[in-house]
Amino acid sequence: MTTKLFGEPVRRREDARLIVGKGRYLDDIGHNALAAAFVRSPHAHARVVDIDVEGALDVEGLVAIYTYDDLTGPMAEPLPVLIPHPQLTAPRTGYSLAYEKVHHVGEPIVMVVATDRYIAEDAAERIVVTYEELPAVVGVDAAHEARHAVHDDVPDNVSARHHQETGDVEPALAASPHTLTFTQYIERSASMPMEGRGVHAHWDADDRSLRVYTATQASTSVRAAIAAKLELSLDKVEVIAPDVGGGFGVKIMHPWPEELLVPMAAMNLGADVKWSEDRREHFISSAHERQQKQEITVGFDDDGRLTALDVVVWHDNGAYTPYGIIIPIITATQLIGPYDIPVYRVRVDSVYTNTVIVTPYRGAGRPQACYAMERTMDRIADVLGLDRAVVRERNLIQSSQFPYDAHLTFQDGRPVVYDSGDYPGLMAKLKDLVGWSGAEELRDDATARGKLLGVGMAMYVEGTGPGPYEGGHVQVLGSGKVLVATGLTSQGQGHETSFAQIVASELGVPIEDVEVTTGDTRRFPYAVGTFASRAAVMSGNAIALAARGVREKALRIAADVLEASPDDLEIEDGVVQVKGVPGTSIPLRTVAVLSNPLRYAFDEAAKQATQFTSHDDSKPPVAPGDAPGLEHRDYYSPLRSTFASGAHAAVVEIDPATWEIDVVKYAVVHDCGNVVNPMIVEGQVHGGVAQGVGGALYERMAYDSDGQLQNASFMDFLMPYASEVPDVVIDHQQTPSPLNPLGIKGAGEAGVIPGTAAIASAIEDAVGRRITSMPISPTELYDLMRNPAAERTAASAGRAENGVLA
Amino acid sequence: MKPAPFRYADPGTLDEALAVLSAEGAGAKVLAGGQSLLPLLSMRLAAPATLVDINRVPGLDSVEVTGDGVTVGALVRHNALLRDGAAARVQPLLARATANVAHPAIRNRGTTVGSIAHADPSGEMTSVLALTDGSVTVATPDGAETVGWRDLFVGPLETSLHGPAVVTSAHFSALPPRSGTAFAEVARRKGDYAVCGAGVVVTLDEDRRVAAVRASYVSVGLTPEVHDLTDAVVGKPVDGADWSAAGALARTLVDPDSDLHASADYRRLLVGVLTERTLASAAAEAAGRAA
Repeated sequence: MTTKLFGEPVRRREDARLIVGKGRYLDDIGHNALAAAFVRSPHAHARVVDIDVEGALDVEGLVAIYTYDDLTGPMAEPLPVLIPHPQLTAPRTGYSLAYEKVHHVGEPIVMVVATDRYIAEDAAERIVVTYEELPAVVGVDAAHEARHAVHDDVPDNVSARHHQETGDVEPALAASPHTLTFTQYIERSASMPMEGRGVHAHWDADDRSLRVYTATQASTSVRAAIAAKLELSLDKVEVIAPDVGGGFGVKIMHPWPEELLVPMAAMNLGADVKWSEDRREHFISSAHERQQKQEITVGFDDDGRLTALDVVVWHDNGAYTPYGIIIPIITATQLIGPYDIPVYRVRVDSVYTNTVIVTPYRGAGRPQACYAMERTMDRIADVLGLDRAVVRERNLIQSSQFPYDAHLTFQDGRPVVYDSGDYPGLMAKLKDLVGWSGAEELRDDATARGKLLGVGMAMYVEGTGPGPYEGGHVQVLGSGKVLVATGLTSQGQGHETSFAQIVASELGVPIEDVEVTTGDTRRFPYAVGTFASRAAVMSGNAIALAARGVREKALRIAADVLEASPDDLEIEDGVVQVKGVPGTSIPLRTVAVLSNPLRYAFDEAAKQATQFTSHDDSKPPVAPGDAPGLEHRDYYSPLRSTFASGAHAAVVEIDPATWEIDVVKYAVVHDCGNVVNPMIVEGQVHGGVAQGVGGALYERMAYDSDGQLQNASFMDFLMPYASEVPDVVIDHQQTPSPLNPLGIKGAGEAGVIPGTAAIASAIEDAVGRRITSMPISPTELYDLMRNPAAERTAASAGRAENGVLA
Repeated sequence: MKPAPFRYADPGTLDEALAVLSAEGAGAKVLAGGQSLLPLLSMRLAAPATLVDINRVPGLDSVEVTGDGVTVGALVRHNALLRDGAAARVQPLLARATANVAHPAIRNRGTTVGSIAHADPSGEMTSVLALTDGSVTVATPDGAETVGWRDLFVGPLETSLHGPAVVTSAHFSALPPRSGTAFAEVARRKGDYAVCGAGVVVTLDEDRRVAAVRASYVSVGLTPEVHDLTDAVVGKPVDGADWSAAGALARTLVDPDSDLHASADYRRLLVGVLTERTLASAAAEAAGRAA
């Protein structure tokens, strides 16, 4: 068994457990717990006039009912604004249970606790809430128009005006040989993990301590929030993310009302309490993302080189802004992608609507940004009669330009400086992979079969691995087992495998000996969370540094025993040996035993470390500045984010009779620096592409004008099945990051980013009509095709004459 | 997503089932495959006082095939009908349509008769019952009765059956001589409820000319209907018929609704396209059988 596993396609160690049903998810915990259920607002905007619980009181098995009036101290205050920002001038957050008003359908008003969930729902159904309905604001256009206000004291519905610019855009546009101005839309979707949110709380009345399990992406911060809201000392709260069935961003938002209310009830009732979100609750009470209106003006020369770009975005932030303006910032700063744009200005107005809150969903503002930039490239190519790839190539940042300072400020408050990349390389690989130069033959072949074929492409740069920090702890036990802990959480990314690969490689131990724990504040209390494609970059490097610390200590102790210099030692397969001297060795587990001087021998191995075995009398058992145990804790805190990149292409076939859209080929070139595990990275890409296809062709949140979500079930909210996801062909490029010890960049979100842009481009190429609103469904495409006012692309003019298009 | 409280009965005989239904009155619902009913319960969109589970009732799980047609018992799962070769020979629409019912997991539990009794106009088998001029047999405390499809379907999710009753079987007529069938759907995702589905039967005369064309659609209209499209192509030789004319006629006969996934106009478009496509395929089959 080799121990040099970094970069190898090691099979995911967690899969056997998860696939055969041995995962331990939130709802698997605490079968005897009391169950919570919620009365949620059926109205998008209303005043809560009265709550009558009388009818519920005789439900057998009812334990408690909580309304806002039962909340005290910090719990009666609004939920926190997690990420404040100077431009977030009108932040608003809800309450754990509604106070006076509700601002979206699904907002919690009453918590019912009963002996089981059935009874809790029976009781909840009998609670009568009287509302005075208020006008609902739905969609960015209505928010912008501001005939009604979501929050009375924010009459323009604008929570924040985010603004960045790299120069004076107006003169640059005025001096441009060509300009184009257009408007486009992108709709809401949502993370939709298989497992919804969920919380289980255990109050130990003797110890006065709280243990909370929650399906979260940020257990340390949930812990801090619970301690603050419930007025507990931090050391009396532990928070554990058990196996979590997907997150995709929705579980980085915290503290959710339920994450506070369920522990509050457990303390109050002296009993375990659990709440498991059901799918309808997830649709109407968790978070969505992605709706934006984009007004784009671009200046360019005769060759298609950009001279200036001016973008105005109206971003729907839903009813509240607990997550600040992270998504607007990401859209604003990631919009420029891999292109060298002389002057860029972006203004994002983040607006309130009477809909579910908007917080990051995998991609987090980047799919919208990519859609804006890449559709701009398509338009320039169309106006100039150039190949879409050529226009992109002429604007790419060249390899000689790194580090490339974009003169923007990223979501971590630090400058957007692209650390490394090879964007022309991505483009060259993509064209080969998808057969870009043979597109016309593909089109002819499809035409002969009665289909319309189109190809499209999109490129992106993704800032990954933002700080402030993550930590890692590595400890070798006397058994030889290597315990690894990091504070950030896992939701299926394969951390048990990839982090173990890093430790096995750094320390020189078999991966079988390595056990990884994530998201458990008992094991590692300092962490930020799993989001922004940061786990491998942040915890991966922290764990590598911790492993290097253990290695250094192990070599020091072994050098004493082996009477050699640490520089002459190596560790392989868990054995420390003198390089080139077979037989002069000591197992790492023995080093671990010796690292902890003992008085008491509790087992055979421990005898080696007790006080009457041989030792150097001239030194104390634990030297000054040293510590017992073979363990090390270290942190990685980056100067700034590292920027991954990639290019996608889609080939679509459209049935001109039914307007069904089929993605027949999907090509990905992906660069995330050094790769820990290519199999896991490809899995991330596949999953991302599936969500990209979903966002482009299937998923949307269908709110009506009253703010009622019309498709709040998996019957009507159409996530793609395996049958709708195309085969994905992948090529890798590796441009290591100079910013971190392992040279890696994040890979978690990349797959989803260009989907909407690339597929919109391909559909436009196939049908010759301008696509300005995504996602698009067959019924909408039919409407577009029979609309005489629909804009035809210039590229389609030649093709229309030969009769392909009616 | 937990059902409201309900009583549960699992009678061992049909008489017992009817007795429970009689005793419980209008609040009782029959449970067979549960693939539509249980989600409705979980979302509290339905809250029957009593569920009468007929899965233990003997004699309801067979497919009987005769020269006249196929009789499908109330406990026959979609997948059993899908795989029944004898049934497919007598009425090919049965396998062709059940193949479009949802996904394998749902077909393994859901019953064909249950989906008919549910009377969902988005269901494939309600449409096939109509197109094959079928009927159901209903057990009541007063004895068994046969109800033809025209009398059965009253509205969306609504049948003419009232009072204590169990639909014990559905009968689909055999495919007539010199006839062919086809069934096709457009769905947003594979296995979804159809945006539009079409089942057709083409019958030729002895000179291989088109004698009769009938079609029935899925997710079009409030109840299943059968549309006679014969006029558009009658008398045309099977190889020379303009099936698009039948499609165009069909578009004028239907009255679809709009929903989240399709406008009424788009559904009408699909009625035309699917009619044309299925008729071409059904005519080829009819020609083969007529040879």
